[in-house]
Amino acid sequence: VKTLVFLEHHEGRLLPGPLGVLTRAVQLGGQTEAVVTGSGVQELARTAGRHGAEVVHVADDPRLNAPLPQPRVDVLAGLVTRGGFDNVLFAQSVLAADIAAGLAARLEAGLNWDVVGLAEREGQLVAKRAALADSIHLEVGWKGTPRLALVRAGTFTPVETGGGDSAVEPVAVEVEDFSTRAILVEQSLAEQTGPSIEDAEVIVAGGRGLGAPEGFELAEALARALGGAVAATRAVVDAGWYPYSTQVGQTGKTVSPKLYIALGISGAIQHKVGMQGSGMIVSINKDGNAPIFEYSDLCVIGDLHEIVPKLTELVNARDNGA
Amino acid sequence: MRMDRSGEQALNEFDAHAIEAALRVVEAAGEGEVVLVSLGPPKALESLRRGLAMGASRILLVSDDSAAGSDLVATSHVLAEALRGVEPDLVLFGQQASDSDGAVLGAAVADRLRLPVVSQVAELIVEEGTVRGRRQTEHGYDTIEASLPAVVAVSDAINEPRYPSLKGIMGAKSKPQEIVGLGDVGADPVHSGEQGSKTVVLEIVGAPPRAESRRIEGGAEIADEILAFLEEAKVL
Repeated sequence: VKTLVFLEHHEGRLLPGPLGVLTRAVQLGGQTEAVVTGSGVQELARTAGRHGAEVVHVADDPRLNAPLPQPRVDVLAGLVTRGGFDNVLFAQSVLAADIAAGLAARLEAGLNWDVVGLAEREGQLVAKRAALADSIHLEVGWKGTPRLALVRAGTFTPVETGGGDSAVEPVAVEVEDFSTRAILVEQSLAEQTGPSIEDAEVIVAGGRGLGAPEGFELAEALARALGGAVAATRAVVDAGWYPYSTQVGQTGKTVSPKLYIALGISGAIQHKVGMQGSGMIVSINKDGNAPIFEYSDLCVIGDLHEIVPKLTELVNARDNGA
Repeated sequence: MRMDRSGEQALNEFDAHAIEAALRVVEAAGEGEVVLVSLGPPKALESLRRGLAMGASRILLVSDDSAAGSDLVATSHVLAEALRGVEPDLVLFGQQASDSDGAVLGAAVADRLRLPVVSQVAELIVEEGTVRGRRQTEHGYDTIEASLPAVVAVSDAINEPRYPSLKGIMGAKSKPQEIVGLGDVGADPVHSGEQGSKTVVLEIVGAPPRAESRRIEGGAEIADEILAFLEEAKVL
């Protein structure tokens, strides 16, 4: 079995999501290779060897500089066909979803997404997929090859295998005409301090109950004290209180930290989908009937504006005293 | 100008955002029409009529027993063939078909039609043969420009869909609502429905239940209890 893992990168580092997928692919066995696309990414690509990629295919070309999907579909279609890959795995993201979907259409290949588990059974790849707003899981498979999968963020933790840098194989970049008709004209990156919500072990998330954009200062202070990241609900992102890059839920990111603290979040199903895989969920809400309490481990009914500053103070005092 | 959107069986909220975006583009241009293109059973017409009531011009629904059970590759084949006949300048998709086609259908259809695609678009401007979209990403915002014809998948942050007026609802009934088969749009049965699908559902397994929860109530004084709970659970 030959598996190819698409490694997405941002600001000079390979992202943890795809490295987690690579780790899982190596565990499943067979020949595991990776592909990195971009401009000036040779050195970056080598580091994938530490996570067990035997070979890293590198498509290094100025036309791949912008994070746009279609030129990457062209590159991957050629590579997958020539290389005879049975499985092509992606970590779900805005970019990866578009690449995987375009590749599925191009190669008439099956694509399963929202994948939260991968296993091999009787020589066949089997995936677990979350469905119906995560109320159920499906076991899904593929007819024929290549089998394509988009794995949800946080599903697999990256593990270094103790290996060194991997061998790098250059990939010839041939791009279709229509693939270059979408161009990136401007990029504004969200400011980020501390861990991203995909990497964080602790997330403090804020919703409408914070009262105003300034209310996020409470969430930020608590997150700082806990060494965590701040997330937001769709409602407050839509209202412009906090950037989309922090949105958790059906139309945002799926996260699974060890601890998720929800501040003033009612917990509609679309939010639940993005965070119910968290290890421990603590919710603070004025409304004792908030739906989020139905899936929280600790339900705190009270005014977050009183409780959170005190909790932050206690956590800080504990860390200083320890 | 001609506008289009495609979707699945029922008009969900995500599709309502796409229809609203299409209507605004046509209104800003002062010309053109919004065509609702979908794949689904005949009863899907009922939900699509809400789009007509909002202001779309007509419905093209591909409905065929041989298309039942279509997964992403099969659905994208049928929709791409249907769209070829409509010859749209812009194809708009909702961000997410309600729990089925995810955010992936737009990119698959774009590849089949060999058109540029811009996804997760929170702001959209169409002028002089170009579409400019502001894409939400995990890292911030990208502004992407593409020449028409193009495919755009909109985010639900793009707009607030309008409510149909009474006049709109009454007028919807008399607008063209065409139901066609696979053969009518030139779709290949081999690439449609279960036959054309490349993914299978093997089994339905329940999601794991959560352990019993604890409830506490109070003011600043209960911060102590929260901290104790976190320490006990060893998450700090």
